[in-house]
Amino acid sequence: MSLADWEPVIGLEVHAQLRTKSKAFCGCPVVFGAPPNTAVCPVCLGYPGTLPVLNREMVALALRVMTAMDCTIHERSIFARKNYFYPDLPKGYQISQYDRPLATGGGLEVSAQGRTRRVTLNRIHLEEDAGKSMHEFPWDDVPGGVSLVDLNRAGTPLVEIVTEPDIGSAEEAFDYLGKLRRLVRWVDASDGNMEEGSLRCDANVSVRRKGETRLGTKIEVKNLNSIAHVKKAIEHEFERQVEELEAGRPLRQETRLFDPGAGVTKPMRSKEEAMDYRYFQEPDLGDVVVPPDLLDEVRASMPELPAPRARRLESALGLPAADAETICSARPFADYYESAVAHHAENPKAIANWLLSDLLGRMTDADRLAGRVPLPAAHLAGLVRRIDDGTISGKIAKELLPELIASGKSPDALIDEKGMKQVSDEGPIRDAIAAIVNANPKQVETYRSGKTATFGWFVGQVMKATSGKANPAVVNRLLKEALEG
Amino acid sequence: MTPAEIEALLDGPATALAAAVNAGAVPASELVERALERAARERERLGAFLALTPETARRQARDVARRVAAGEVLPLAGVPLAVKDNINVAGEPSTAGSRILAGFVSPDDATCVARLVAAGCVVVGKANCDEFGMGSSNENSAYGPVRNPWDLSRVPGGSSGGSAAAVASSAAALAIGTDTGGSVRQPAALCGLVGWKPTYGRVSRYGLIAYASSLDQAGALARSVRDAAVAFSVMAGGDERDSTSLSSRVPDVLTGLEVGCEGKRIGVLVEAGAEAGGLHEDVKASFEAAARLFSAKGATVVPISVPRVPLAIPVYYLVATAEASANLARFDGVRYGARVDAPELSSLYRKTRSQGFGAEVKRRILLGTFALSSGYMDAWYGRSMKVRALLSRDFAAAFREVDAILCPTSPEPAFRLGEKTGDPLSMYLADVFTVPASLAGLPAISVPAGFSKEGLPIGMQLIGPHDEEPLLFSLARVLEAGTHASERRPPAP
Ligand SMILES: [Zn+2]
Repeated sequence: MSLADWEPVIGLEVHAQLRTKSKAFCGCPVVFGAPPNTAVCPVCLGYPGTLPVLNREMVALALRVMTAMDCTIHERSIFARKNYFYPDLPKGYQISQYDRPLATGGGLEVSAQGRTRRVTLNRIHLEEDAGKSMHEFPWDDVPGGVSLVDLNRAGTPLVEIVTEPDIGSAEEAFDYLGKLRRLVRWVDASDGNMEEGSLRCDANVSVRRKGETRLGTKIEVKNLNSIAHVKKAIEHEFERQVEELEAGRPLRQETRLFDPGAGVTKPMRSKEEAMDYRYFQEPDLGDVVVPPDLLDEVRASMPELPAPRARRLESALGLPAADAETICSARPFADYYESAVAHHAENPKAIANWLLSDLLGRMTDADRLAGRVPLPAAHLAGLVRRIDDGTISGKIAKELLPELIASGKSPDALIDEKGMKQVSDEGPIRDAIAAIVNANPKQVETYRSGKTATFGWFVGQVMKATSGKANPAVVNRLLKEALEG
Repeated sequence: MTPAEIEALLDGPATALAAAVNAGAVPASELVERALERAARERERLGAFLALTPETARRQARDVARRVAAGEVLPLAGVPLAVKDNINVAGEPSTAGSRILAGFVSPDDATCVARLVAAGCVVVGKANCDEFGMGSSNENSAYGPVRNPWDLSRVPGGSSGGSAAAVASSAAALAIGTDTGGSVRQPAALCGLVGWKPTYGRVSRYGLIAYASSLDQAGALARSVRDAAVAFSVMAGGDERDSTSLSSRVPDVLTGLEVGCEGKRIGVLVEAGAEAGGLHEDVKASFEAAARLFSAKGATVVPISVPRVPLAIPVYYLVATAEASANLARFDGVRYGARVDAPELSSLYRKTRSQGFGAEVKRRILLGTFALSSGYMDAWYGRSMKVRALLSRDFAAAFREVDAILCPTSPEPAFRLGEKTGDPLSMYLADVFTVPASLAGLPAISVPAGFSKEGLPIGMQLIGPHDEEPLLFSLARVLEAGTHASERRPPAP
């Protein structure tokens, strides 16, 4: 027996913080990094007598995610209370959705190990976030420190996106999360930032022998703070569970925490200690009603989604699949590309090459996500146009790039200013060739004796003599004439 | 105005007092001092108040004086108001009758308080109540019981017992309470007052310390139907801070207050006559007399059955306690109120809640937690919600036959302090006639309709369809005018 006889079955629960201006059920602003307990009010502190009021913007943003994932959106859904005690949960219950969520079904296409398939969703529902607890915080002479609570995050709007136990490998999980993060950002619903916690993921992992259809014992893994951690934790959990089962030790349903330092999961609580959340309908809020015209409005306002957009760039503009995928990794980045193409529609491939090879290398990940390319799209298009029409060579263009970026000047202005315009006039090129042929009789003889490989050396000499401005095509033709007579 | 005239004004209807203030016949500042003296007296004698609010009262009285001087006419100008202690008044303590909220000060006014104050009311104190509104005798207050001004050895009813005692003793001209299963109507009946609960959602719940959110409503207790109707017209209305409040137009209860009952069909609740424990014979007599009175005044009086009324008590004690188990989870000693410190979290919770909550509150939290727990949820909470829906259907069917339903508010007049404290189930039965309207979200009003042989007040209840408050107030007015029961006042201190 070995790992090859087994397969993991994975389900993911992702919490995405919605980019609303205010919290889910009160008027407090949604902020990150503010001083503790400053973005709070009696409602989100759970003061006696206060009541939640639904932020409609939360529903609108959630609908964008649901529409993007092709979910069935229910005209009527209800909030429920999820009851448990914790100091960062001010009301002693979380307002969530339970048996009647806003959306069910839907899915996302993922690719891993050369295989593309659709991960299906169980549901997407609305809920509020809890605050943050900091444990073992150093405090005067208290041994072991104290626990502190920051309620700024309490009441922040979330969507929980739950897949079916439908994911077959850590790689698929990795791709799913990457695509999901891209999608929630793409539709402006969430920052999708796992490090700041605006995107959080729990994984349910079980294993079974290949060919088996029954699900194994489900282990929930928490504390996954990056997409890479999710992949690592699943890989580890798969191996651990197989090892246990092959050693004849049955698994029990439990929750485990991922320790990123050690790359392993550790037990947190077992099913026996599992919570009974006692869900029941939230009586302080009415049904969430999504009338058809609101849904139409959301659909009409949706941008072209990343997957179809990449396919369109492939088929309509002839980009290689990998380039189209990279360009569609973030909507502002893709917008930049298409805006450059709009300025110079003749050569989308060259624009893509410049963007992905010369410009992307100068950008941070944040730049790419925000579409902050160091060159305005019109300038990139202008540069490629001048290469295409023979005004400058590709080599000159690369030399110009740093200054184009630094000065902010248009390519045409800079080419003029620096006199970089390519020389296509035959006169000066003939003169330069004649001078070189006369000055290097030996090399000419070598060439003429059949060692035509030295042709490149002559081209180099001509380019040098013309400060690189000579049109390479013209140089090639005239040089051949001169050498071959 | 002479001091005696001022005292008479404080003993009389709120609307008459407001008229005098609006007319400039008596300064609000003078009235408020006399009212505060009365409140202090009844805090001592009856235990009606948990806190007096002199600074708030004087500030509000000054506002009233200024507005009246500027020519404004306020429907409740200068009216001394008692606010049940589970309703927030800005800057004043709210304990909800519980130790766990000792020291808690509300940051803002409940919406219904703000509306009454805007209409001229002056808050003289926070009225005693059963802890978190859980009780029918006011004996579940952590700060001691309230005595019934008609007989100091008897309970005032609950849970708004302090509010009822305050108005019955004329320490306040008006009081507000919360009614979850009868907590305004039952004490009103036991103290000889008019008390109403509105259609669910008609009065905002913002600022009410929640017991059972799908049932809780604020209502008012008054010494006359007109006072009660004016309070309704002020308190009712949509509130963007309460998503369950109704934004539809508030029905006008004042214009048709005196239209009488001619041509109306009044259903006498069959299940009230068949009540298992049996009606107190004096209550039964008043019930029959009330039916005869309506008939004599031109109404058609017919028997009406709401078959699931006998199920209302068990359903109520599952639904209300289930919601309470969640609503009271926030009292954990972490952010406000009383905390019993402990070295670790679970014992902090356990100690704070064990010492902070009283026995009845704990009983209801446990009952509600059980009703919602995994494996029992469908059998208890789930089935209760189904029966609740069926009860509403029963009422809807009944209201196709009759315009309003008449039944006693309480099966018996005020009982003695301590008489039922050992037996929670018999205490729960005190709500047998009030709980059905709560579960169905229907408006209901209790009106004084007579007295027992021992001289204790007896109240009759009128239940109407949603939004039929105008009908209920006009029918209540018929009873008030016909029985003269509201004219008799409890013995002076
Ligand atoms: Zn807030």
